[in-house]
Amino acid sequence: MNAILSLIAVIGLVLIPLIGVKGANLHFLFGIVVPYIAIIVFLIGVISRVMKWGRVPVPFCIPTTCGQQQSLPWIKQSKLDNPSTTSGVVGRMLLEVLLFRSLFSNTKFELREGPKLSYGSTKWLWLGGLAFHWSFFIVLVRHIRLFTEPVPAFLKNVEALDGFLQVGIPGVLISGVVLLLAVTYLFLRRVFVPQVRYISLAADYFPLFLIMSIAITGILMRYFLRVDLVSIKTLTMGLVTFNTKIPEGISVIFYIHLLLVSTLIAYIPYSKIMHLGGVLLSPTRNLPNNSRMVRHVNPWNYPVEVHTYQEYEDEFRDKMKNAGLPVEKE
Amino acid sequence: MKLNNLLSAKKSAVLNRWYDAILNTYPSDTSGFLKQQKNPFLNPVGCTIFQGIENLYNEILIGGEREGVSQFLDNIIRIRAVQEFTPSQCISFVILFKKAVREEIKEELIEQNLYTELLELELKIDDISLLAFDIYMKCREKLYQIKANELQSWTFRRLQKADEIYKKECVYEDIHNEIIQFERKEVAK
Amino acid sequence: MAKTPKPDELSKINYTPPQSAWMDTPAELKEGNWCYGAKPKNLETLHFPNPREWRVQDEDWKLPENWQEIVLQGMRERLDKYRSFKVFMDICVRCGACADKCHFFIGSGDPKNMPVLRAELLRSVYRGNFTTAGKILGKIAGARPLTLSVLKEWWYYFFQCTECRRCSVFCPYGIDTAEITMMGRELLNLLGLNTDWISGPAANCYMKGNHLGLEPHTIVGNLSYMLDDIETVTGIKIEPTFNRKGAEILFVTPSGDLFADPGTYTCMGYLMLFHELGLDYTWSTYASEGGNFGFFTSNELAKRLNTKIYAEARRLGVKWILGGECGHMWRVLNQYMDTWNGPADFLEVPKSPITGTVFENTKSTKMVHVAEFTADLIKNGKLKLDPKRNDNLKVTFHDSCNTARGMGLFEEPRYIINNVCNHFYEMDELTTREKTFCCGSGSGLNAGENMEIRMRGGLPRANAVKDVAEKYGVNMLANICAIDRAVLTASMDYWVPGVKVTGVHELVANAMIMKGEKERTTDLRGDPLPGMEGNE
Repeated sequence: MNAILSLIAVIGLVLIPLIGVKGANLHFLFGIVVPYIAIIVFLIGVISRVMKWGRVPVPFCIPTTCGQQQSLPWIKQSKLDNPSTTSGVVGRMLLEVLLFRSLFSNTKFELREGPKLSYGSTKWLWLGGLAFHWSFFIVLVRHIRLFTEPVPAFLKNVEALDGFLQVGIPGVLISGVVLLLAVTYLFLRRVFVPQVRYISLAADYFPLFLIMSIAITGILMRYFLRVDLVSIKTLTMGLVTFNTKIPEGISVIFYIHLLLVSTLIAYIPYSKIMHLGGVLLSPTRNLPNNSRMVRHVNPWNYPVEVHTYQEYEDEFRDKMKNAGLPVEKE
Repeated sequence: MKLNNLLSAKKSAVLNRWYDAILNTYPSDTSGFLKQQKNPFLNPVGCTIFQGIENLYNEILIGGEREGVSQFLDNIIRIRAVQEFTPSQCISFVILFKKAVREEIKEELIEQNLYTELLELELKIDDISLLAFDIYMKCREKLYQIKANELQSWTFRRLQKADEIYKKECVYEDIHNEIIQFERKEVAK
Repeated sequence: MAKTPKPDELSKINYTPPQSAWMDTPAELKEGNWCYGAKPKNLETLHFPNPREWRVQDEDWKLPENWQEIVLQGMRERLDKYRSFKVFMDICVRCGACADKCHFFIGSGDPKNMPVLRAELLRSVYRGNFTTAGKILGKIAGARPLTLSVLKEWWYYFFQCTECRRCSVFCPYGIDTAEITMMGRELLNLLGLNTDWISGPAANCYMKGNHLGLEPHTIVGNLSYMLDDIETVTGIKIEPTFNRKGAEILFVTPSGDLFADPGTYTCMGYLMLFHELGLDYTWSTYASEGGNFGFFTSNELAKRLNTKIYAEARRLGVKWILGGECGHMWRVLNQYMDTWNGPADFLEVPKSPITGTVFENTKSTKMVHVAEFTADLIKNGKLKLDPKRNDNLKVTFHDSCNTARGMGLFEEPRYIINNVCNHFYEMDELTTREKTFCCGSGSGLNAGENMEIRMRGGLPRANAVKDVAEKYGVNMLANICAIDRAVLTASMDYWVPGVKVTGVHELVANAMIMKGEKERTTDLRGDPLPGMEGNE
């Protein structure tokens, strides 16, 4: 149900420019206005979201410790899994953000003889997640080509690496294919693993379909429909230089791609895709376990009602004296 | 003996049928996990059940000792006895074996005329289900015994103290009240 | 055990449960899974809202008229106070990595025991009331209104989480269900919805200084029984001091160890060790609780109970504080105490008077874990040990959730055990250290009426013990937590009969050769030492 709703929403997004550009000739709206709106919504959204998170204090030092603490000098501390210094925390966060270390520790890869079916517990989620995020990132980097003139040199290297298979004309870039495969895997996993299906919301399917359709339209443009790259670059360069123009000869598939991308960009700050920023602010990961060495200050720490020793002694003075315990007041 | 041979040959098919039927007694969102996670440390329920029924299967085929059967039954029932099952649901997994056998060898039953042997096997399974009931009761009794033990170990020092104080004829009432309060807490619902 | 079905229901038991979405499946509060509700008396003692007689199984929980408003207001406040809460409400992508990491899910198969879903119980209400998408799109955006049925579901499942943080280890964003559960319980407490097993000890601790409600003379009395037992075993008479001003060290340990076996043997271990060292230390009857059931209630109550430790240290004028073996106590001491009630500038940086070691890692809190203290003693050769006295034991070690994932105390207890025992075997690595499984009864769930769920939750741990028991003949499960000592005893009794439970310092005391001791024939439990059988 959730999945179907999301699918309908994405199909709707594909149809809008199809009708709008093909039928109503709204090139300016879909080529210029929509992307600008998306970027503005994105910037405002991300800034306000991060500010909202950042404004909330971190009252306690609550890292999840996953290794030996720093204690006696002859006991070897696990500096990355239980960091007590800022550099340790940075290392831990880097491993987390770049390699998804927590997911990796998820389950051991092993095949055991056991009940039925013989595939083992897996690291597929880790692998799928890593493939998805990294290929997405590389695809993103490749798109810089559309927004710079001259194209920076490093992009040539990225593309060379990405196309190392050297098959097909134009050469197949792996990142796009991997992205499509990975996002498909993540979708299938959501549908076929019962626990994951049970917890999935429309908000989980929607971005998957969205990204899937972005990858498909991208691949279609590059390999099959062969869009006019020169005109597209004229349009995109116009966007970044605020010198907007709509060149002739851009096929409607580009407008579909562009609307989907714009939707994604505008959707990011208001959705779970913001986990990107959230992971950096997660107090169980970004704090050192040094709370016995350095006092962590809670900005809203307030005095509380306590039962004092005097009150305690007043209640039990006789019993304490009988038991031979020292008292303050006789 | 024809049935026995047939069941030996079809062991994995019958076992899988039986296993699936047992897993279906769990919420559908869970049975996938129970089925797929193969590491016994990460999935004690699924793994114990599968090992248990596999061993039971062997014991039933070779007509093993009651001792062995009882141990394998115990492993499974001990788990199901603390899960959210009624007593009948808890030990139903034994009966599900009948169903698995019947379904798996439906055709051979008629072709090879195995009904007499099947009846014999089913008698054996009935026997095991009675044994299962005994084990279930033992597990439940154990549970109540543990509750009682916990209560007792919490009250032991108090009673010791009360006894001591009583002897000294000191502030008996105080401790007495404490015990009463404690017991009330336990009894209250 | 579920309710016995009527005869006509029996014939049509449907083993395939209905496939309905979790939001459309209201929680059925089943006996054996929940603890009794909080008594008005205890809530009054603590000055908590809505004290009244109520029963979990009743339809009417006697909530204040405007309870929804109270909860939502409480939620708003906490979203502004805890970044963890705010961020964890927003960033979950429901990848499912945590789903099968919870011991309650593994043991029960109840999908709402998947950490992600436990959090979604709260998240759905958050979305419905605090996010634009949720307000507009409602259920499609995963939002739902706060109804009585939702509230009961919260109560049911937030008291089915032991705040063990195992899920947090595997979450790519470190989302910690313990944080969610703590917030959930805070909100429930705004309506007077606590359990009796938590509010009772908390009230006791507030008024009398410890969870068990032992009054000062009773503490002295209880310890004196232990001292008698020690004398019987070793021939040595120990005279500890209480509430003594001017002592160098204040010793604080969970009160459970003053009271029930096998914790009492651990307590005897402390008494013997400190006596042997000639340590200048004192017990306190006012700060006679290391544990903190307030922590299972609300941040504020936890702070109120914790205050006593520093207050007492200040009153007695000690130099530093030594803490006993306990799980959640150390999560609180490591991650909260200094923030709440510090700075402890009236204390000195802890320095072992025996070895001269300065515990640099505690220079702000000024509180040392007894395992750190003892490991240092052994490393410096300050204890005469005869591990052969523990030769009748084949020991394995259970990492307590809180010292594992809220501190990282792994090597110290292992070093000690390896020095006082000859037979030590680790359990499977998927179930130890940061991946350790909860005992199944932490965070105030160690009551009697919820025994079924305790056993279910304890299964993954017990299963790993069973494995080493079968492989190596392990017969003793060591740990550094008072709740573990109490509840693993029950869990072992059910799952792995024959395996006993011990604190690490009981093992130390058994192996430690004391000055002037008589020839020991039994261990602290009165069982014959190896080679002494039939010698009694």
